[in-house]
Amino acid sequence: MSMELLTAVGVGVLAMAGVYLLLRARMFSVLLGLTLLSYAINVFVFASGRLRVGMPPIVGSHGDYADPLAQALVLTAIVIGFAMTAFVVVLAIAAHVRLGHDRVEPDAEEMDR
Amino acid sequence: MIAHLVVAPVLLPAFAAAVLVLVRPVRLQRALSLAACAGVLAVALLLFAQADRGLHVVYALGNWRPPFGIVLVLDRLSALMLLLTALLALPVSLAMSDAEDERGPYLHSLLQFQLMGLNGAFLTGDLFNLFVFFEILLIASYCLLLHGQGAAQLRAALHYVVVNLVGSSLFLIAVALLYAMTGTLNMADLAVRMPQLQDSERVLAHSAALMLLAVFALKAALFPLFLWLAPAYSNAAAPVAALFAVMTKVGIYAIVRVCPLVFGAAAGESALDLRLWLLPPALATMACGALAMLASRRLGGMAAQLTLLSVGTTLAVAALASQAALSAALYYLAHSTLAGALLFLVCGLVRAQRGDLGDLLRRGARMPNAQSTALLFLASALAVTGIPPLSGFIAKAMLMQASTGDAAMPWIWTFLLVTSFIAILTLMRGGIVLFWMVRSTPGAHAPVCGRLAAATISLLILAVLLSVFSAPVKRFTDATAVQIIDTEAYVRAVLAVGGRP
Repeated sequence: MSMELLTAVGVGVLAMAGVYLLLRARMFSVLLGLTLLSYAINVFVFASGRLRVGMPPIVGSHGDYADPLAQALVLTAIVIGFAMTAFVVVLAIAAHVRLGHDRVEPDAEEMDR
Repeated sequence: MIAHLVVAPVLLPAFAAAVLVLVRPVRLQRALSLAACAGVLAVALLLFAQADRGLHVVYALGNWRPPFGIVLVLDRLSALMLLLTALLALPVSLAMSDAEDERGPYLHSLLQFQLMGLNGAFLTGDLFNLFVFFEILLIASYCLLLHGQGAAQLRAALHYVVVNLVGSSLFLIAVALLYAMTGTLNMADLAVRMPQLQDSERVLAHSAALMLLAVFALKAALFPLFLWLAPAYSNAAAPVAALFAVMTKVGIYAIVRVCPLVFGAAAGESALDLRLWLLPPALATMACGALAMLASRRLGGMAAQLTLLSVGTTLAVAALASQAALSAALYYLAHSTLAGALLFLVCGLVRAQRGDLGDLLRRGARMPNAQSTALLFLASALAVTGIPPLSGFIAKAMLMQASTGDAAMPWIWTFLLVTSFIAILTLMRGGIVLFWMVRSTPGAHAPVCGRLAAATISLLILAVLLSVFSAPVKRFTDATAVQIIDTEAYVRAVLAVGGRP
């Protein structure tokens, strides 16, 4: 029970911090927010296969096993999330260089176009 | 060989993209890209003919027996979307060859990656695999949007990427919840498991369903998740924006594919009331698109808002979920993709001829090829707003016919007619400013944009063909709608595939 509670609280806190940072007006915070949110989701996807300790990831004869599919899913999600984060980092740097600031909102002059 | 054809629309662009990364000379790139697009079109035509026999073609990747492995499922709906994408990709590739690809060496490669993601999303029968293909087409679209690297593009891309990443996060949460509740991600198997859920599980499955709907609505740019669309589409290079005309349709496709199948009437108490969740936002999308069109100061902005308008229109009618409504919505979807892309390409022609002014609706010098451009603009405006004789008129007449007698008919008719009127009005204003309110002094020397013009004309021809052959196309969409509603056949076809050794 305590493991479930710990995981749930961990996912909740990570997601909360992620959403809070996502709503900030600076690109750097948004980036951190996205990263935290993707961590929360990775743990969540992992937990969707039920939390089991010390079980083989194989459908064995004694019935109890750790779900291997959820682990495969989370691995894919981590890879994709990592690539996307890297892309956003590069984009944010490019925007900082090009636009001269890292605010999320456009300037009045940019709005004009 | 023919049995493996189903996977070709994914593999062919994947290989072409990989080769195109390595090829340097731009002429060779153009030839390869065009050849790959033509190849995908040929495959799409073959698959279309195969799907028209009315059976589901199930391809188990790695020969893993469903529901354990990933399956690709070809039916009329996916064949229609494949063909539409392939028909759009060929002119887009041609338009990209018009000097646009000299500004970025990977443009053609990215186009192929985008096609791979689109085709995969249309074919897959697995929810997680759908997520993966969504990511592929999104990352390609991020890079395509950035092509040209203007400051406005960078800003638009930043918002577009962050919004879509949050959308992908929601998608993952929904997928994980559904997996936790049902133990499967195969769509056919999900359809079997949904009615068997306990009450306590049903609540979670429902929240997952609504989250999925929100994600698809975000991809389709449905109210209130549509604000990312206009800056992204109006700032993209013209051929890229034309390709993006099919991107919002992926969201619509996903809604039409997943919702009736997994959360439809067959799900019993787990069913989701699509009309309630889709119809009001779709009508609101139409209203917002039309109002934003009135306010747009650029031709590209108008074309982007028209994309929004078409999304709202398609989903408003598709939400009625009757066979006639789905059929009409699919015909309109095909039409609005081609017509929207056509308008974006015309916008590219205008931009190329007006120098610094671009597509801004301001008085400028007379365009070098004003006459032919004006004619193309007129034709695309006729098509997109629904004035006879082009396909828009037929499509909108079908939509109105399909919603006749429904309780929501007054709403749909009112919104459809008023937004069409606003669209006509705004495009007229745009045409007047661009072509009539011009200074008499001719502009600078005409840039040669023969390929862009050829691509525009070929899309126009497609729009004409869509209206000339509207009867056979309508028969096909009718059959498609029947197939969408008959979810049992889908489930049976997928789960009946035995594991051959």
